[in-house]
Amino acid sequence: MPVMADTRDFSKGPLDAFKNSLFVVPAVLIFSVFYIYPFFNLLWLSFHQWQGIGPMIWVGFQNFQGIAGDKVWWASMGHAAYITLIALTFQNALAFALALACDREIRMKRFYCMVFFIPPVLSEVVVGILWNWVLNAGQQNGQNIGLLNYFLVQTGLPNLVHNWLSDPKTALTCIAVVHSWKGFGWGFIMLLAGLQTIDKQYYEAAKVDGAGSWSSFKNVTIPMMLPVIMVVVILTILGSMQVFVLILSLVNQGLVYHTEVPVTRILGSMFTTNQFGYACAQAVIFGAILVVVSFGMKKLSNSIKQA
Amino acid sequence: MFPNKYVIWSWTRNSLLHVFLLTVMVSCLFPIFWMIRSSLMTNQTIFVEHALIPKDLNWSNYIVAWTKGNFAVYFINSMVYTVSVVFGIVVVASLAAFAFSRLRFPGRDVLFYMFLAAMMIPLPGSFVPLFVMMNKLHLVNTRLGYILCMINVGLSLSIFILKTFFDKMPSDLEDAARIDGCSRLQIWWHVALPLAKPAIAVVVIYNALNVWNEYILATLLLNDKDLMPLQRGLMVFNGAYQVDYPVLMAGLTMTALPIIIVYLIMQKHIVKGLSSGAVIG
Repeated sequence: MPVMADTRDFSKGPLDAFKNSLFVVPAVLIFSVFYIYPFFNLLWLSFHQWQGIGPMIWVGFQNFQGIAGDKVWWASMGHAAYITLIALTFQNALAFALALACDREIRMKRFYCMVFFIPPVLSEVVVGILWNWVLNAGQQNGQNIGLLNYFLVQTGLPNLVHNWLSDPKTALTCIAVVHSWKGFGWGFIMLLAGLQTIDKQYYEAAKVDGAGSWSSFKNVTIPMMLPVIMVVVILTILGSMQVFVLILSLVNQGLVYHTEVPVTRILGSMFTTNQFGYACAQAVIFGAILVVVSFGMKKLSNSIKQA
Repeated sequence: MFPNKYVIWSWTRNSLLHVFLLTVMVSCLFPIFWMIRSSLMTNQTIFVEHALIPKDLNWSNYIVAWTKGNFAVYFINSMVYTVSVVFGIVVVASLAAFAFSRLRFPGRDVLFYMFLAAMMIPLPGSFVPLFVMMNKLHLVNTRLGYILCMINVGLSLSIFILKTFFDKMPSDLEDAARIDGCSRLQIWWHVALPLAKPAIAVVVIYNALNVWNEYILATLLLNDKDLMPLQRGLMVFNGAYQVDYPVLMAGLTMTALPIIIVYLIMQKHIVKGLSSGAVIG
């Protein structure tokens, strides 16, 4: 937490204090209306049965009991967890490997850094539509529309041609890979920034002590990088669990069971079945899980640091 | 003279590194290149011609997307939303950050921690009550409603970035201005804002990217085609032009290219802005 700067100005009496506080009025006003009120309304609505219009009926914990037995909801949670798992392992490993490769005297370093960060600045809609074309399984005049299938036929591997996005077995993995494609550059930038703050003296000291490159990686790089790695891990979890715009634009078939994630379930409860109370209860549960997980990770990283 | 073992080893290692980095780089650029390439072809050539750069560049897809695809409207809407939201955030957040950093009043720290907490607690599904409220306020399908919502989205992080900057800024100039009889507002405008330019640049770029790429609130709040920004329009367009890849890719290019160009020009600020969200962690 930054130290509050010394305030030496305009602080003589209540009138000054009042005038000072006027500066935060617009921010607090917008924040109260668009954040705090909806936040409490979310909690309030989650205890009601409500169709968006008409009477609101207080149902106590009934919505939450319903969610506990809602198989589709927990399946959607599992799908998001699967995407998150791939992002945590594949995407972050790739980001870390690239960061390590760029954290040395190597030609075209700046150029690589510049390119790796292009996918993260694209919107999820653009990325989704673009990759939908790559993975598309449709055919036109006997030719594959999808670039991947087309490529497989051309390279003599027609057996591997597949309905990537419609097959429940591959759809989630495809989503996770595209999500990782969009996200790795961002982890790369954070990890590279972390690597560059490590004092080179530590490596030299390790070398003097006879450490090889693996040993200095294990004993210098990893411990020094732990705080940054934990931040990347937490942000990856939060980002991947809440992914859904990418799914809507990539799969492009509306909401299908095998690609449902929690946020699409919440949207579904809202607009498909008009259960606003239930949607809010789902949001509360999902938010609570995310808070618990991210604070748990933070606790974990603190305990590793002390050990 | 043969190069010694060490030189060979280091040369091999560097080559392998470059192969790795180049592979990833191509995987980043190729889809984007393919998008632009295909936007310049026709429906007849797109599945037939295999050259990397098409023989005849066909710009008509852009005209189709711009006029029939309603992209002229979407594009202008995105510009309007981005400029107004960013302007709103810079004014509101810099006023608040200035007060949190430099002025004293009761409840100041509590309020600041409130903004901080909002930044750290994930709130998925907050769009449900937000949508309900906007409906009640009759702000659905209005530009104002969407702009206000988006100002709120970027507010906390922007206040945090600016306050951190103001905290580190020496207050000599402000003291001098005060002695010369400047009011608070004048100091904010004449001293604090000009000095905070680097931080404001980060705030501007970060929020501009965010608004330009925003989809979910635009979907919930704007059903009128004349009010939709690019991302929302692109999804509508995707439904209508699904088999017409050249036109669809022209639409994608028009949405993505401005952001890529802005990124290439302002690379430093963007990287700083996107990673400053992590400082709090």
